[in-house]
Amino acid sequence: MATVNTAWDHVSGNIFKTWVIMFFFSIFAVVVIYIIARGFGYGEVGGLGLTGFALIMAGLMNFVSYYWSDKIVLGISGAKPLEKKDNPEVYLLVENLCIAAGLPLPKIYTINDSAPNAFATGRDPKHAAIAFTTGILQKLNKSELEGVTAHELSHVGNRDTLVMTVVSVLVGTIALLSDFFLRSMWFGGRDRDSRGNAIFAVIAIVAAILAPVVAMLIQMAVSRRRELLADASAVLLTRYPQGLADALVKISSDREPLEVANRGTAHLYIINPLKGKAAIGWFAGLFNTHPPIEARVKALREMEGLK
Amino acid sequence: MIAYIVIGAIVLIALWLLVTYNSLVTLRNRVREAWSQIDVQLKRRSSLIPNLVETVKGYAKHEKGVLEEVTKARTALMGAKNPHEAADADNMLTGALKSLFAVSENYPQLRASENFKQLQDELSDTETKVAASRQFYNTNVLDLNNNLEVVPSAWVGQMFGFKKEEFFKATEEEKADVKVQF
Repeated sequence: MATVNTAWDHVSGNIFKTWVIMFFFSIFAVVVIYIIARGFGYGEVGGLGLTGFALIMAGLMNFVSYYWSDKIVLGISGAKPLEKKDNPEVYLLVENLCIAAGLPLPKIYTINDSAPNAFATGRDPKHAAIAFTTGILQKLNKSELEGVTAHELSHVGNRDTLVMTVVSVLVGTIALLSDFFLRSMWFGGRDRDSRGNAIFAVIAIVAAILAPVVAMLIQMAVSRRRELLADASAVLLTRYPQGLADALVKISSDREPLEVANRGTAHLYIINPLKGKAAIGWFAGLFNTHPPIEARVKALREMEGLK
Repeated sequence: MIAYIVIGAIVLIALWLLVTYNSLVTLRNRVREAWSQIDVQLKRRSSLIPNLVETVKGYAKHEKGVLEEVTKARTALMGAKNPHEAADADNMLTGALKSLFAVSENYPQLRASENFKQLQDELSDTETKVAASRQFYNTNVLDLNNNLEVVPSAWVGQMFGFKKEEFFKATEEEKADVKVQF
């Protein structure tokens, strides 16, 4: 049977692949924690205690950015709320897509920047916010803007803020734990050798150096997966892949940089706003939060069989 | 030993029944909720009609036939008891409004009226909203129907008398208005 890749297939495929990545990530995290804990040796303040400490620290840090995600990001980006009377067309467009997606109406914001881009954030659909730059509202036509809005609302509906927070907690735990371990290597040196075994110490050093990088790569892979998922979910909403595909091409070929974006918020936007730094090539691609435009457009073209 | 295995199997099956039954109930309730959302939009749409009819009457008294069609469709929509009836009535109203707006082209004063323009905008927005809520409803119906057709949840559905729901269908015109790409 010929494989027909409808938007439905893309949605379920991307959800499945997210689970696969998360499954291996959990195994990876357990192994790393085990190795480093063994490296520390089992003292009173042994590896497991430090793991717990790292988990709580990473959890707390991420909880703040999760719970107040909308306020923090909107504040940093200098977003202004958009009322119905300011731009009824955009307001109604968002409202109507929300009805189709079965989501409550998010708060709508505009960012005064002529670079075209958009993002959505918020801890759950009830506290969601969607932001458009003034540039995107000017440069895209209605069906393109519908595609972009549907993509952003899909992030809300797919709970991507939550997904990325969970991933971020794991990454943070591994990074902190590795850091603790490496520091204890330089400054420590209590009677570890009697209990901790020397081979494990060496493995643990290697693990502590490599694990944070690997964890970050996995985080990026999850992020790219969620972007593809949001693209596919958006097509189920608008039933018009071309609109989103055109929008992606238009946004990415726009040379203007988005001034309010920085490394901390870049992953939120529909297209990475830090242009010029766009990485090319297989290896550099591993570090990207977004899949390359060509891959996204190709997936959308496949879905055009739908309707 | 065998007794434990039998008991274990029974417990597992009972748990599975429970979970499947609950998920079917959730799906069915989602369909109902989605339906009530369509209902909200349809009500909003029909509440705009009397105002529109009055406005048009003021400028175009002689277009009785068209106005009656609109009023009739509205009455049918208000009285609709199930998705099927509502879909028919709503499609009728869409058709009637189309001829009303076509006729209104002959009355420049009517077209120039602020009130008429506003009503026209609001009606076209509710039409989009009806379409959107219809889409959400159909997504939920698809979800429920899928679960009532695939094995093994279909067995549970049969056991407890779950029924498949009907899709809210679009008009013939809307169906014809499909973008074709080559």
